[in-house]
Formats: sequence, structure tokens, C-alpha cells
Amino acid sequence: MIKPESTVDSTEQGEPSQASSVSRRKFLRYAGLSGGLVAAAAACSKSKNDNGFNSGAYMGSGDIGILNYAYALEQLEAAFYTQVALTPYSGITALETALLTDIRDHEIAHREFFKKALGNSALPSLEVNFSSVTFGSRDSVLATAKTFEDLGVSAYNGAGRLIVNSDYLELAGKIVSVEARHAAYIRDLISNGSFADSSVVDASGLDKSRKPIEVLTMAKPFIKTALNASDLPSY
Amino acid sequence: MRAIYHLTKTETMNIIAIIEELGKTDPEVYERLDERRNAFKRFTRVGGKIAATALPFALGGFFKKAYAAPPATNKVLEVLNYALSLEHLEYQFYLVAASKTTLFPSTAAAGAFATIRDHEKAHVDFLSQAIRSLGGTPVTANAKGYDFTGGQGSNSGPFATVFTNYATMLAVAQTFEDTGVRAYKGRAKELVEGGDLLTAALNIHSVEARHASHIRQMRRAAGHSADVKPWITGNSSNIASTAVQNSYNGEDNVTQGGVNITTLPGASGNISVTAATEAFDEGLTPAQVTNIVTPFIIP
Repeated sequence: MIKPESTVDSTEQGEPSQASSVSRRKFLRYAGLSGGLVAAAAACSKSKNDNGFNSGAYMGSGDIGILNYAYALEQLEAAFYTQVALTPYSGITALETALLTDIRDHEIAHREFFKKALGNSALPSLEVNFSSVTFGSRDSVLATAKTFEDLGVSAYNGAGRLIVNSDYLELAGKIVSVEARHAAYIRDLISNGSFADSSVVDASGLDKSRKPIEVLTMAKPFIKTALNASDLPSY
Repeated sequence: MRAIYHLTKTETMNIIAIIEELGKTDPEVYERLDERRNAFKRFTRVGGKIAATALPFALGGFFKKAYAAPPATNKVLEVLNYALSLEHLEYQFYLVAASKTTLFPSTAAAGAFATIRDHEKAHVDFLSQAIRSLGGTPVTANAKGYDFTGGQGSNSGPFATVFTNYATMLAVAQTFEDTGVRAYKGRAKELVEGGDLLTAALNIHSVEARHASHIRQMRRAAGHSADVKPWITGNSSNIASTAVQNSYNGEDNVTQGGVNITTLPGASGNISVTAATEAFDEGLTPAQVTNIVTPFIIP
């Protein structure tokens, strides 16, 4: 069933490439095809159940899925900072008020951008759950903000490789650095100098990246609406 | 419920026939496929458990990996060396700056510069290693060194007091960080579907943004700029000198992916121009970056 190598090697370079036939054999071995059969057994229901996000608002697949994933996170952040601005924590300074309001407006801009860009494919508005946050407490608000910002950075960093359309990748890049600016600011409000400490930046000077399912799992306590991420790209 | 599906011999032969056909017009088909062995490994691993209906899709994805993505190695090397040359500039700057201990108003400020210096050094090492592992040659720091006054070797450029005046030193640091963020961003597109390397580049990119945020906070705390925020507003550098304006031009863009952000609803009324510009950082082209860094490089 496997044709003689000469059919592949009839090139005009006059060198019926030895390399080509070697790599061909290697390839076939790799592919598991040399034995003649690829055994395929499906565990279709299992793979969809595994991630815990298999029913609810459908996020979509491919780049749309990734954009909806970003849209979900931006909805969460925008809702959080909207509440922070409505019910400022005790002892908030004028500068903190100004900059936390800026962050709110940035997150709203991100949210509205994704909503507009996704059009009919957009997730619905998500219901959030901030019952674990004490909005009157600076510590509670900033700790939550730090979680969201660092999570957002790692989410965009991890999702970049899943994006196929380079224009979307560029857009994600335009947003993630702003999230990183937020993250550093919030961290410095909690503890000056912790903007890029070893809890987020490793020995190679690299920030964290997380897979979508890891991020969704961490965000889940804050999102009431069930999400269906079964077709979301992953790696 | 488990569905078991075996490719028939005919189907297997058809797949091989497709590859052989490809081989007629593309003698390198096997090398291509072999280069993508990780993709294929995943394919065969999944192959054991793949749903019959998903098989054509899996094969399609496989061929796409062989022919469309990821970016070619020489392109990746070019982008990595581009990033590395910027990291050299930054590291050499912080190496000197962090040593000017008497300039810093506090141990926290000195500590921040030491932290950033160490990150830039780590980036230099990481990128050099990545380039070597791809068979490339990492660029070295500029042989004649750098002129951090921005004087292209005269040492009397617009930032002549870069290492004697704290405000000047912070202004140069801010410019380098914001430029670094924009430079990485400007080339991320070229690494689309670049797997681990793209992730690494993004992981460096966001660290540069964290640095930029902190340096900007240091400038505000030190009273050098009453308006500077951790993020970039409009195309303002918040630096008195116009010498670094090129690092900020274009940051006032309000249209993203064809959507004018200021037409979208904000907390009250539409999103402001200020918020629209702050919420998105913009990329720079290599030509723009070269123009920005040339004054700091001794020719």
C-alpha cells in the first residue's frame, strides 16, 4: 500500500533525495500509519465533561471563543470596579479614587469593545457574585483587585497562542499591557515595590500565563452565570 | 458512552495518498510534517481517542499546522534578536542607574531599580538562550556602548543629567519601559500561532508594562510630574523634554478593530477620549523604534 519512494523523489534536482525518503519513513512511523491502521476510539462525552464548564452560556469555538473568554473576564472586572467606585472603601485617598475610577473606565472600554466586536456571537451579560468582597474594606477590595488583575494578565498571556487571526492577537496585546499596568499599580497600593515580585515574575523575568480552563476555574466563584466552554480552544 | 472507530485500510491509504500527492508538488512535505512532529504526536495521541466525526477536522488542523503556521524560524529569530537588542539597552541603562545609590530618595526606590535591572538581565539571558536553541546567534550589546543622555555618543544629549539627577533618570526609565512595551506589541503579530515562543514574548511584554507602571508611580510620588499616571494618557509623555515624543506618538488612537471606542457607552455617557486612549496601548514598528533608540546608541 505504500508506494515506492521514487514517486516522491522524482524531483528535477537530480538528487532523488535520500533525506526525503528517510524523513518519509520517519514520518509514517511517527504517524503510526506504517502499521496500516490508525485505531481511533472516541471518548466524546468525557472530554467535554472534564473541564467543568460544559453547560450554560455558550462561549463559542476558535477565535470567537477566545474573544468571548476575554469578554467574560472584562465583564467581571468592569462590574467589580463599578461597585468599587459606587461604594468607596473607608480611608480612600483622592488619588486612589481618581485612579481606581480610571481603571473602571478602562475595563468598561474593554468590555464594551468586545461586546461590539462580537456582535451576535457575544456572551450575554454575566451575573457576578462579589459576596466574598467587603467593599468598605481597603484590604478586601485591593486583594480582590490584585487577584483579578494578575489573573487577567495571565489569561491574556496564555490565550495569545490560541488566537489564529493576527489582528485579534494584536488587540489582545493592546489590552494586556494595560491590565499589567493596573496589576502593578494595585500591587504597589498593597505593598510598595511588589509590582513585579516573584509571586508573578519568574527567574527568567517572565510573567505568568494560564490556560483558559485554569483561569475560568479561578474566576468561577465570582461568576454566577454558568458558562459552556466546551469548545473553547486550549493547549 | 465510548464510540470506537477504526480507520479502514482504504481510509488509511487515502490519507497516505493525499500526503504522497502533496509530495509531488512539495518535495519537502515530509520534512514539514516531521518538523511539526509535536503537532503530529498530539494528533496520534488523540488519534487513539478521536471521535469519528472529528477526524477530518483533526487532519485539517494537522495540515494547516504543516503549511500555514507557525512562523518561520528565521522570522522568529529576527523578532527575538530585535527584542534582545532592546533588552541590552534597558539592562545597560539599569546597570548604571541602579548603582547611583545616592540619587535615590529611599531604599524602596533603589530596590525597584535593582528589581527591574535583574528582570532586564533575565530577559537578556532568556532571549539569548532561546535564540541559540533555535540555531541562531544572539546579538550582543552595542560594542561602542550607549549614550543615555540621548546624544548619540556626545554624552551631552537632552538628558545630560541622566545619572546625576533623579528626575531625569526616571524620565529616561519611563521612556525605555513604555517603548519596550510598544516594541514587543508591535511585533507580536508576526509570532501568531508561535506556541511557547509567543507565550514567552507575551510574558516578557507584560513584565515591561509592570515596570512602566511602577516607574510612572515613582515619578508622580517624587513630584516630577503632577499628571503622570501608571498608564499612558493620549500621546502625552508627561516629560518636559520633547526629545522622547516619538515614544508616545500614536498612543492617542481611539479606534480599535474598526470600532471607535468613544462611541461606546461608558459609566455615564460615552467612553471619554481619555479613557479610550488609556485603555489600549499601541504598538510601534521597527522603524519607529529604531528612530527612538538611535540617539541612545553610540555609532
